[in-house]
Amino acid sequence: MATNLPAPTAQSEETELLLRQVLADVLGLSAERISELDASSGLFGHLPELDSMAVAGLLTELEDRLDIIIEDDDVDGEMLETFGALLTFLDAKRADG
Amino acid sequence: MLTGLWPTPAGSGEYALSFDRRRPLRLLVIRALFDEGNKMRHFTVELLRRLDKAGIDCFLPDLPGTNESLENLEVQTLTGWQTAMYSAAEHFRATHVLAIRGGALIAPSHLPNVHYAPASGASLLRAMLRAQVIIASEAGRKETRDGLFARGSEEGLRLAGYHIGPQMISALESAALTHDDAIEIAQGDVGGGGLWLRAEPGHDAAQADVLANLVVDRIK
Repeated sequence: MATNLPAPTAQSEETELLLRQVLADVLGLSAERISELDASSGLFGHLPELDSMAVAGLLTELEDRLDIIIEDDDVDGEMLETFGALLTFLDAKRADG
Repeated sequence: MLTGLWPTPAGSGEYALSFDRRRPLRLLVIRALFDEGNKMRHFTVELLRRLDKAGIDCFLPDLPGTNESLENLEVQTLTGWQTAMYSAAEHFRATHVLAIRGGALIAPSHLPNVHYAPASGASLLRAMLRAQVIIASEAGRKETRDGLFARGSEEGLRLAGYHIGPQMISALESAALTHDDAIEIAQGDVGGGGLWLRAEPGHDAAQADVLANLVVDRIK
């Protein structure tokens, strides 16, 4: 079936793995719970433990581990709303860098 | 476990948690700073318990202006905290220092140092300013980290619930890790995710076990 979605690349798979790892560290969840996250899983505003301070820690850790810089203007409700949205954003950042 | 007061150079008495059995190894433990210190409080005390069992006296002083302190946090400076930790080391007759995260920025350098996952002042400030930007945007206000930093270095800021004065904010921005001969224990050596990253204060017994063993190994 034809699709418009980009094929997964080694880099995007690595980004997803790192994002799951950082989320596991921030949320203190087991690998099993983290592996259940999919593109539509809600993050900011859906997980009560993910408050502003935790999101800030999450983004700062992602910057360090992915070697990217996340600008203030990049951060909005949409980018943080779901696992899929955050992953898409990070992939684009890495591709730019 | 004992609690008691130790005298700071500023003349106040600050609280400290101590395991003192007059053993030859006496470790001053410097907690992580601000919100990270809060998230790691349980873990830090559990670490002390393990070090005590391993035969090491340990001392965990409050930083003036935090925890049980009667001092005002807003007037505290990074150099003031450095001086206070130096005094604590003298008072407890410490032979070694273990600094956690940002604690490495205020660790006395005249003693052998072990640093656990040391963090620069700039990276601590970056996360706190970013949280403030997110809080403002949730409240419908537009803030930037640059704008907050500029204001903070003039008049201080309330970051993650902590009233941090202008001098502290400016000093954090440029505070680098300068103890070249400190022994570093990285989070990778301990395994699992660092507890300062957790959204909520937490504890991890397995990590405390590993870290205590690593510290004992490094200072014995």
